[in-house]
Amino acid sequence: MSATTTPDASVFVAETKGGRITDFVDQRVGGSGILREFGRKVFPDHWSFMFGEVALYSFVILLLSGTFLTFFFDPSMAETRYAGSYLPLKNVEMSVAYSSSLDISFDVRGGLFMRQVHHWAALLFVASVSVHMLRVFFTGAFRKPRELNWVVGGVLLILSMAAGFTGYSLPDDLLSGNGLRIIDGVIKSIPVVGTYISFFLFGGEFPGTVIISRLYMLHILLVPALILLMIVMHLFMVVVHKHTQYPGPGRNDGNVVGYPLGPVYAAKAGGFFFIVFGVVALMAGFFTINPIWNYGPYDPSPVSAGTQPDWYIGFVDGALRLMPGIIGNWQVEQVWFGHVFSFNVLLPALVPAGIIFTVLFTYPWIERWITRDNREHHVLDRPRNAPTRTAIGMAGFTWYCVMWAAAGSDLIATHFHVALNDVTYWLRALFFIGPVIAFIVTKRVALALQRKDREIALHGRETGRIVRLPHGEFIEVHAPLDEYKRYKLVGFESPSPLPAVPNDHGVVDKKEKRRAKLSQWFFEDRVAPATPAELEAAHGHHGGHEAIEAAESQKTLSR
Amino acid sequence: MKALSQKRRHPMAAIALLLMGLLVTGGLYAVATTVNQAKADTTSVSASDVEEGGKLFAANCATCHGMGASGSQAGPSLVGVGAAAVDFQVGTGRMPMQMNGPQAYQKPAQFNEEQTRKLAAYVASLGPGPAIPEENLVDGKGDASAGGELFRVNCAMCHNAAAAGGALTRGKFAPALAGVSGEHIYEAMVTGPQNMPVFNDSNISPEGKRDIISFLKTIEANGSPGGADLGALGPVSEGLFVWIAGLGVIIAFTIWLTSRTS
Repeated sequence: MSATTTPDASVFVAETKGGRITDFVDQRVGGSGILREFGRKVFPDHWSFMFGEVALYSFVILLLSGTFLTFFFDPSMAETRYAGSYLPLKNVEMSVAYSSSLDISFDVRGGLFMRQVHHWAALLFVASVSVHMLRVFFTGAFRKPRELNWVVGGVLLILSMAAGFTGYSLPDDLLSGNGLRIIDGVIKSIPVVGTYISFFLFGGEFPGTVIISRLYMLHILLVPALILLMIVMHLFMVVVHKHTQYPGPGRNDGNVVGYPLGPVYAAKAGGFFFIVFGVVALMAGFFTINPIWNYGPYDPSPVSAGTQPDWYIGFVDGALRLMPGIIGNWQVEQVWFGHVFSFNVLLPALVPAGIIFTVLFTYPWIERWITRDNREHHVLDRPRNAPTRTAIGMAGFTWYCVMWAAAGSDLIATHFHVALNDVTYWLRALFFIGPVIAFIVTKRVALALQRKDREIALHGRETGRIVRLPHGEFIEVHAPLDEYKRYKLVGFESPSPLPAVPNDHGVVDKKEKRRAKLSQWFFEDRVAPATPAELEAAHGHHGGHEAIEAAESQKTLSR
Repeated sequence: MKALSQKRRHPMAAIALLLMGLLVTGGLYAVATTVNQAKADTTSVSASDVEEGGKLFAANCATCHGMGASGSQAGPSLVGVGAAAVDFQVGTGRMPMQMNGPQAYQKPAQFNEEQTRKLAAYVASLGPGPAIPEENLVDGKGDASAGGELFRVNCAMCHNAAAAGGALTRGKFAPALAGVSGEHIYEAMVTGPQNMPVFNDSNISPEGKRDIISFLKTIEANGSPGGADLGALGPVSEGLFVWIAGLGVIIAFTIWLTSRTS
């Protein structure tokens, strides 16, 4: 036994230098364990699962292009005279912020492209966040155990709007200044404290000389940091909960069917980043966004026609446009105790957004309370299989879209040659009846689709082949579905209303009665999935139409 | 001169001096200023133009505007609107009007230049009004950046900062200004057609109007430095574009990425 150590066969020594360095790092950081864990993480493949990724990639693009812009942007409101190369603004008095934004656009190499990348990516970021949330809502992915992640997602939506709005205001052009003026008006309409908040925010009377630098700080430091934090929490919870999956053969709440992250899925996801970047870059290269040189420097006196916020603030602007100043003979703006209460501004600016976000944040708990469903769900609902939830979602979506459309009321009027007043009247009416119509129509469509599914599951798909029987009858031949396709049509839950349950004291209290009523409303219209017995009856012998119909009339309940 | 100096202490001297001073300043002002002065441009108009214009008017316009352009239930009197108003309304095809409505639409002109000139001469002969502007005021060679400031303060609230047009109440609208000739822009400012206010020479000086025309011509000639301008309509068209084109293309890619080979 010599004291010198000989290479132990059980100790792994890499052959190449690169391998030895990697091994050195791995022994200290433990990367291979993480990689093994994550590399085997399974992700189900569906196109609608990729909007969250689009949002993440847009955010990365925003960080990259935003960093470039900070090199050249100067958030000062000091006054200067433009001396850059855009002739129609030559020698015009403006703020340094606007002047430096123009310099980025015209005198920094690649600056205009980067500005447009940044702005298009911002619009895409909020859009993909929104579509991602819609997907999560309509497939019921917010249910246990993902309620908190839904809330984090909601916070991310608000933060992305905040990031967008603070950025929109930075160039200090006429358009963004008009937007800030509206925000100032909304703040001032808050009773009692509004004026104080406004003066605090703007450092004096609007527009003051500090707001751009303050918004800049929020835009490049606070809001992105919060977004980053929320993204980390969001992704962490995705890993903990594992991904949801659409219903299908072999998929249940205890498994995840899909591809492992490494290597195929990682390559796909990595490639997808470059696809998103490419799409944004193409848009930025070929399509103008926010042509600040058109708007001119901010000056509180002019307001341009067609002044709108970016799309994600549009619904608030639309609500402001829809609000009448006088209802009947009642002035919405009231003077009480010698103070003006501008409800005509306060109500539309805060109430619809307040309702939308309150319902959005609490919906998982509302549904859980109504349905008393405390089980974990990893298999998603097809939207048609949860008709009432889908209808609620569409009602809210319609409400949002009515307000959203109202933000473009002037352009609707000019481009469709209709009167602006009529557009406003119609949208005011739709503001109230639109969600109701959407609810009813959506629910009926969902139920009809369910019936269609049931029909196909029981009788097979129509082949379009007409056969004449010997006695002269014509029938269309139906081809039975294969088992995999049929599973999708029959393998879902269709809960029936849950009647009121007495509590521990054997009493059905008022709250429980209310819950039972809501449960009735939620589940009373339902189409039950075809049962094995019905399938048996349908496929077993072909003369069994009567049996199926009898079963159907018992099973499928409609109002 | 001696007589004058002898009477300088006359009790009425001060009053006489004041009167003289007022007369001189007033007279000079009246001569020097052209503000609101009705101009009847008669330099290139002959009596036969007026006569032929009168015939064209009787045949095409008198149904609504009345014989002698004195107005009727269907249309206003045109006495005193000037040649500029006729040149604008007829030259842009707004008159004869296509149909009754909140506002006359622009359409291909119904009369050629010669006929328009004769109609303008006829209407101008009825009473003094704004004349067709001279060539040097509409050449678009003024100060574009000064014009831009004037445009943003005076025009952008209806016509949009990028002159893309905008909506007014009850079906009225301010049209987009791309492709409108400098002459017509000038005439619109001095006559206030349709729902447009009049910007007379004391609101915006003729040089200011020239600058505005220069600004509009400059941004039209510049095009859009950042690529296709999506109608220069601002965030609405941008939002529409990102939702339909941007997200649409990305959804197409997601479907491609998640499609199976089988």
